[in-house]
Amino acid sequence: MSNAVAPHGQFLAFVKRECPTCVLVAPVLLQLAEHVELSVVSQDDPTFPRGVAVRDDGDLDLSWRYGIETVPTVIRLENGVEQGRVIGWQREEWQLLTGVSDLGPDLPEWRPGCGSRTVDPHIASELRVRFGRTALRARRVELAPLEDEMEIAFARGWSDGLPVVPPTERRVLDMLQGTTRQPGEVVAVVPPDLVECTVEKVAINAVMAGCKPEYLPVVIAALQAACTDQFNIHGVLATTMPVGPVIIVNGPIRRAIGMNAGMNVFGQGNRANTTIGRALQLAIRNVGGGRPGEVDRATFGNPGKLSFCFAEDEEGSPWSPLSVALGAAPGANTVTLFPGEAPRSIIDQLSRDPESLARSLAVNLRTLHHPKAVLGFDCVLAIGPEHARVFAAAGWDRERLAARLHELLQIPGSELVRGAGGIAEGMPEHFRDATIPKFHPGGLLIVHCGGRAGLFSAMIGGWANGPLGSQPVTREITL
Amino acid sequence: MTTRTTEREPSSGRVLLDPTSERSPALRQRLPRPQSLNGLTVGLLDITKARGDVFLDRIEQRFSAHGATVRRFRKPTFTKPAPTPLRQEIATACGFVLEALAD
Repeated sequence: MSNAVAPHGQFLAFVKRECPTCVLVAPVLLQLAEHVELSVVSQDDPTFPRGVAVRDDGDLDLSWRYGIETVPTVIRLENGVEQGRVIGWQREEWQLLTGVSDLGPDLPEWRPGCGSRTVDPHIASELRVRFGRTALRARRVELAPLEDEMEIAFARGWSDGLPVVPPTERRVLDMLQGTTRQPGEVVAVVPPDLVECTVEKVAINAVMAGCKPEYLPVVIAALQAACTDQFNIHGVLATTMPVGPVIIVNGPIRRAIGMNAGMNVFGQGNRANTTIGRALQLAIRNVGGGRPGEVDRATFGNPGKLSFCFAEDEEGSPWSPLSVALGAAPGANTVTLFPGEAPRSIIDQLSRDPESLARSLAVNLRTLHHPKAVLGFDCVLAIGPEHARVFAAAGWDRERLAARLHELLQIPGSELVRGAGGIAEGMPEHFRDATIPKFHPGGLLIVHCGGRAGLFSAMIGGWANGPLGSQPVTREITL
Repeated sequence: MTTRTTEREPSSGRVLLDPTSERSPALRQRLPRPQSLNGLTVGLLDITKARGDVFLDRIEQRFSAHGATVRRFRKPTFTKPAPTPLRQEIATACGFVLEALAD
């Protein structure tokens, strides 16, 4: 028999039928209702539990207002003010809170509860929108009644030419769950308009690009790297050369978010690769105002300006990651931004010793932008796994390969000067007697990626390098 | 703040968040007016309502007097939108277009 000791105040019990613990405590609720003023609030079924008065909370209004995260939750109120709550089934705690003893004598001492419907990810963001508890500050744009939501981005100039996911409040709130940063935090000042960009604006553009929330920290880091003076995204946009930001991701986050470092690594089909690169470009377009035909003056551009983002194949690599070669801590999650043109294939199916293969790579690298163009451009050299195996078998590390390529790419000035080879393009005449390297030391970024089959590598040329152009930038990804 | 196309339009209830720097007004802007008609090609589209051609004849005279080249177009019927080839032809050939709505 239950024994009412000191019933006082009112009680609210939040339950849902779907929760086995709530079903377990249903008899206890009947027991309590005999002794105290109890309202049972049901989140999913107003007929549950039978035998007591139930307040239907199908719209989750009460549950939201009381901040319920777990059911069952019992709350004691006095004059409408909460005095205490117990979460899940805990006999002693329930008895202490309600002043009723001998509750549920046949039940176990303790059972954890289930998640409240208010914390269901899809419902939670809808509730935040409904109850106006969002910290979102972006201007709201209401669609006209006949306006197609897939057309609005084209009509308003928000699109890169492909359809975008409409950035609704719910989707943007979901996206913001991907970072611990506050929506109002300014993460970058975006050229060319030099606009302060908040996490919220990055999230809106990430939604439009098709990102999942877990990609957001990568997008933020990429935008921060792009907006540094060293990377100089303004110059990357404004140049007539065919380059755009290329994002290379290192660290455990690559696998955590399912990035592609293998087969078809520069191609289509992987959501993380494709949408992260696209989100960066959309943010530059929409927040920074960097649009083709305006500040973007590229003669040709390249298809990678829609999106060019990939991961290094660290697991299959004989070498340490690119990020470590560029100074990042081993194991750190990083983005490296490079101002790159479209990738170009280097085929060598016959070299089985490293010297032959290095020479093969060098003669191809020599042609970057123009066989007579030296020192002005950096390059990403992507070594495919079958080529990497040749170097690894001979004990060549990344540094040895880079050093040998540097030796092989020392070019006599007589081949570079204007008029040499019957070609007007070239270096001024006074370089004739000099020997000039194709790349500055460190101007060749060697990365390991690509499919396991194919004796190929690839090169991605940059645009003007150095302090007056762009320098590659590596930045740690902060969750 | 929610922006609406006009105050009289009913609410669609569909709201998107602006991805831009918000330096431009939320309402779509008209294209800038040309400084001069000199050298421009003006398309005059007759939607085939009665006496629309009379109106456009007079407009053509006025535009020509200002140095514009005028090209005339005609919709097969005013009851339907202009066919795609006609729209594309106008967009390719003209700097701007004037549509005659008559009744």
